Amino acid sequence: MKRRALACPVRAGEPTYNRAIMPIIEIRDLCKTYQVYQKKEGLWQSVRGLFQREYRDIVAVKDVDLEVDEGEFVAFLGPNGAGKTTTLKLLSGVINPTSGSATVMGFVPWKRENEYRRQFALVMGQKNQLWWDLPAQESFRLHQHIYGIPADQFQATQDELTELLDVRRLLNQPVRELSLGERMKMELIAALLHSPRVLFLDEPTIGLDVVAQHNIQQFLKHYQQERKITILLTSHYMQDIEALCERVVIIANGTIHYNGSLSGILDRFSTHKLVRLHLAEGQSFDGLDRIAPVEKLQEPNISYRVERGEVPSVLSRVLAERQVIDVVVEDPPLEEIIAEVFAQAAQDNPANGSERPAGVK
Amino acid sequence: MWDRLTTWWTFFRISLEERMVYRGDFMLGILMRFLPFATQVFLFWAIYDTMQQPTDHPDRLAGTIGGFTFYDLIAYLLLVTVTRAFSSMPGLTTGIARSVRDGEIKKFLIQPVDMIGFLLLQRVAHKLVYYVIAFLPFAFWFFLFRDCFTNGIPQPHVFALYLLSLILSFLLGFFLETCMGLISFWYLEVGSLTFIYMLLNFFLSGHMFPLTWLPSEPFNFQILVNALPFQYLAYFPAAVFLGKISGPDLYWGILVQIGWVVFFVVLSRFLWSRGIKRYSGFGG
Repeated sequence: MKRRALACPVRAGEPTYNRAIMPIIEIRDLCKTYQVYQKKEGLWQSVRGLFQREYRDIVAVKDVDLEVDEGEFVAFLGPNGAGKTTTLKLLSGVINPTSGSATVMGFVPWKRENEYRRQFALVMGQKNQLWWDLPAQESFRLHQHIYGIPADQFQATQDELTELLDVRRLLNQPVRELSLGERMKMELIAALLHSPRVLFLDEPTIGLDVVAQHNIQQFLKHYQQERKITILLTSHYMQDIEALCERVVIIANGTIHYNGSLSGILDRFSTHKLVRLHLAEGQSFDGLDRIAPVEKLQEPNISYRVERGEVPSVLSRVLAERQVIDVVVEDPPLEEIIAEVFAQAAQDNPANGSERPAGVK
Repeated sequence: MWDRLTTWWTFFRISLEERMVYRGDFMLGILMRFLPFATQVFLFWAIYDTMQQPTDHPDRLAGTIGGFTFYDLIAYLLLVTVTRAFSSMPGLTTGIARSVRDGEIKKFLIQPVDMIGFLLLQRVAHKLVYYVIAFLPFAFWFFLFRDCFTNGIPQPHVFALYLLSLILSFLLGFFLETCMGLISFWYLEVGSLTFIYMLLNFFLSGHMFPLTWLPSEPFNFQILVNALPFQYLAYFPAAVFLGKISGPDLYWGILVQIGWVVFFVVLSRFLWSRGIKRYSGFGG
């Protein structure tokens, strides 16, 4: 992978290891295999299952190597069941790996040392850290004591966060009465009260409307730039990732398929360009489909899907044969390319499909 | 240390507040606890009423079954209801199992807190709220049946041991049900386990009838009763109060009860540390 020079500021008075050499998150050959009970169809098979069970291994994460430097904002992209969430669970110590190693801030996550647990946070969808029947304020108060946050610092952080997310007036309302978006904001505040150095976000904008989604993006961006904390995020929304992350890690079938900048995805995986032409009035569209594969035809517009190297020749042919008003040459939508990468990954390894790990070993 | 105490206190306070949110459910729960008691009073009334009486006795209910007159029995059943108010843990096992299954338990793995400790505090808070509100109905029933307590209130030192064994029965109930809940790390569904527990509890804890009534033929149930912890969830404290257990037996009984509590505390720790290693982090 690409190691970048460390430009991120180091907070004063912080301990031990040499940050200029060691990345804040280091993952080596990490594997996680779930054993899943194979239930076959039918009553007889169910009865058989009582006595003799067949298990199948589901590889959720396979030989993952990754390094993240302090202050980076990294996105995990991948289809459902690709291993993104499993990776976050491993890094936050919720589950133990099958093999391999990982350190976060010098700690092994699955040892669950309190020292470690005081320095990171995991926000996983709507699985609340908040007390459902009580105002969020109460949950925040509890967090203050759990994480041993000094009273004045707590007040300042809470004020700042509620201000940024515009939820101050909701602090004293029972959480169950909040909307999904408001609850997500409260979850984020609960996770950030103790000023974690590392934050894991699993689908932070899932199910939210466009406005709420945008608010949370803005907040995360601002907060990350301000505090220079390290954030690992998984999301299905390209907007989230385009708005927030400099680095993207594409995971499918538990292995890393790409690790680099967002624009780098295009260079690496996109073999085609889209050439869109606006033809002058009265021009015939007959025969134009012989020049290159047509992506879309909607008179007076026509789009071609052209291999990168052939863009000039295709353009000159059309320009010679027809009168053209406007030309646009662009990359295909990022979503499309990523979908292709996913599809490719699924073909390479069909055995695992998009299985969701759902069992105890 | 101070930090930890304030954390506990905050959690305790929040649990109290949380408990008082659903008043209706709460009131209903308290009323329902007396329903089986009332049913038992009528049932045993009918049974004692049809028994062969000592011919010269004016009171038709003065006969005894296994050393209990009807009045003794009422006193016993009332006291058992008190013990059960300490030892029963509605929703504890199923609550743990649910949080394992839907992933809520993650927060105890991520945050620097101890789940079992927090659940215990929460339970203490819930019970306290319960006692405050249930005090009046309990007082009412004790007043109504005050004549059934023919021996009056026991000696101070016996009474102190009675209170101790009540608290121990709370701890025993808590850690026992916690252990059952933690089994959900291995078997996600603990419904049948709680059912078996309920059945055993029914027969062997003595909350339906005094344990001395269990037959010794063809099988001596006392062996079973003494080998298992269930009697300490209902029978034992009530029997101490009524003076049915005294002298060395009393002290021995308390010691055994303490032993069971320690056993389940250790077991719950063991299950927790093993369980989280197996845990697959369900639910997204």
